[in-house]
Amino acid sequence: MSILVDRNTKVIVQGITGKEGSFHAAACREYGTKLVGGVTPGKGGTMFEGVPVFNTVFEAVEATEPDVSMIFVPPAFAADAIMEAADAGIGLIVCITEGIPLSDMIRARRFINGKPARGVANHSVRLIGPNCPGIITPEECKIGIMPGFIHKKGGVGVVSRSGTLTYEAVWQLTGLGLGQSTCVGIGGDPVNGTNFVDVLELFQKDKNTEVIVMIGEIGGDAEERAAEYIKADGTKPVVGFIAGVTAPPGRRMGHAGAIISGGKGTAAQKIETLEAAGVTVVQNPAVIGETVKGLIKKGIVRRMKTARPIPKRHK
Amino acid sequence: MNIHEFQAKQLFSQFNIPVPRGKAVASVEEAKAWAEELRSSVYVVKAQIHAGGRGKAGGVKLTKDRAQVETLARELLGKVLVTHQTGPEGRKVQRLLIEEGADIASELYVSLLVDRASGWPVFIASRAGGMEIEEVAAHSPEKILKAAIDPSSGYQAFHGRMLAFRLGLGKEVQNPFVQMLGHLYRLFMEKGATLIEINPLVITRDQKLIALDAKVTFDDNALYRNDDIKALRDLDEEDPLEVRASQYGLNYVKLDGEIGCMVNGAGLAMATMDAIKLAGSFPANFLDVGGGASKETVKQAFTILMSDSHVKGVFINIFGGIVRCERIAGGVIDAAKEVSIRVPLVVRLEGTNAEEARQMLAASGLNLVVVRTMWEGAQKIVSLIRR
Repeated sequence: MSILVDRNTKVIVQGITGKEGSFHAAACREYGTKLVGGVTPGKGGTMFEGVPVFNTVFEAVEATEPDVSMIFVPPAFAADAIMEAADAGIGLIVCITEGIPLSDMIRARRFINGKPARGVANHSVRLIGPNCPGIITPEECKIGIMPGFIHKKGGVGVVSRSGTLTYEAVWQLTGLGLGQSTCVGIGGDPVNGTNFVDVLELFQKDKNTEVIVMIGEIGGDAEERAAEYIKADGTKPVVGFIAGVTAPPGRRMGHAGAIISGGKGTAAQKIETLEAAGVTVVQNPAVIGETVKGLIKKGIVRRMKTARPIPKRHK
Repeated sequence: MNIHEFQAKQLFSQFNIPVPRGKAVASVEEAKAWAEELRSSVYVVKAQIHAGGRGKAGGVKLTKDRAQVETLARELLGKVLVTHQTGPEGRKVQRLLIEEGADIASELYVSLLVDRASGWPVFIASRAGGMEIEEVAAHSPEKILKAAIDPSSGYQAFHGRMLAFRLGLGKEVQNPFVQMLGHLYRLFMEKGATLIEINPLVITRDQKLIALDAKVTFDDNALYRNDDIKALRDLDEEDPLEVRASQYGLNYVKLDGEIGCMVNGAGLAMATMDAIKLAGSFPANFLDVGGGASKETVKQAFTILMSDSHVKGVFINIFGGIVRCERIAGGVIDAAKEVSIRVPLVVRLEGTNAEEARQMLAASGLNLVVVRTMWEGAQKIVSLIRR
């Protein structure tokens, strides 16, 4: 039906009593996400909108058995929070926080590597983010800061390093009646958890994902590695966009990871590599949705269900 | 954040990484006095600007004549250096690093950075020191050696030995090299660096290792806990508009084009720039106003865009998700009334309550064009400035 999260996914929020954490915990629950608890050290024993708050992730795990932790802890403490969640064996950690020091992320990523996920044999914990909008399976479960209403259920898998640009792409899809299986924001930091390849593998296995939209940007080689995977193992059509054709080398474009350094990580290089792997790369970010629709019309995307029309109020 | 070579070398000294004896000077008098004190057989005078490619641009001079140092200092101080990294306007030289020359036997390359795929710090070393490492990597990748460091245990001596033997270093410099890499690793992790590059790291004829050049880049996200590093920021090296933008928490990068853009989110901001290029013009900037896009941020953003004399038109592209579009429209209207907008303005608002927002903008009486899509907006602004 989807990847990683669905209507049965139980979620806790680390930093649930903070400004961002409380706002988005409530918004996610309103969307339909099964919020079962939260963690704020020192606020254990209190309640947040009807769910219990705990001092530690361990206590939250014992009491609520969550599948996912969504992290809204400030940057200075976020790596610690990621490691705490991993140590407690939470299978999926979604870190929204932007601005975590690189050296903290190096340590956190090393720490979580291979940590067993509780309740599932032979599974390690997985991190999405940091510095990301989160993950959403439309009409079932939203774990993150994305606006829920722009999504609709369907067969397009979306994976992206960006936030608002993903919303833009999703909105184009929804506007054309093309729903999404799951949308994953992997984040704009140089050292992150889940990468393009991880998500592409999941979409590849997911029966309901018929076509994939992949949104990359300058910096690093995550897109090049994705291209290698697609070339070797991808059978589902992929529509790609790489932001930053106009970005100058050596300058950081907002995201910590969006920088062309030593002539590496240019948009041109990524586009060329993806095209060589068979990805339909669009030059114009405004035609991502149309391009997916075009592939369906041409019969390149099969089994795509006709989506229901969008409710009027969202037009 | 970038720092100057002389600052990087001071840091190296703090971490017991050998550098030439030297000092940064800001005047001809200081240069002369320091040369007297230094008393070397060779003097190296190096312009201190943040851009690379200084040597080729005439920013690095050597002399054996002490009296010549004064002449070189006079020549270089205040000079505008144009390198492949400064852009055509160049960078004014405000400081010089004057140091003793080294009696070079061979040149190495050493850098430390983070491999994104593994998330591990990696040392990169090569015998081809003094050359552009990108070119070495492209033409003779076998000359590039790597040692990945497991961050849970950190740097170990074997990492250094592995590189030292593969580089074929002589006996006398092996141990100093192994120790030096340890110091570099400590500096990298403790001070929150994202890149340390020594090119060249030289071996002198008397078998000593010296970092002849030093480039260190720091993680902006870690500056809050490294006040000593934060203090090394040199605002003279940054674009004044970028400095102003950073004071208001705006993510702004100045570019060479003629269309100013104001967008929420880094990815969408880059995509908007790309759409402008596709429509036949070029963006004047990257500007991410963040998720909020309140009246105050929009106002500051307008002020900054209008301060750039190259801007012939402005395109606002906002995707309102959690933030509702009518609030952003309100911010744009208020700000546009307070800041005089002397160029065509195209606004695209999409997302929550977009229709209401478009009506507000249309009814505001402001001289602006409201469009529905990013592509329509990019084409419209380009056609308006071409009139």
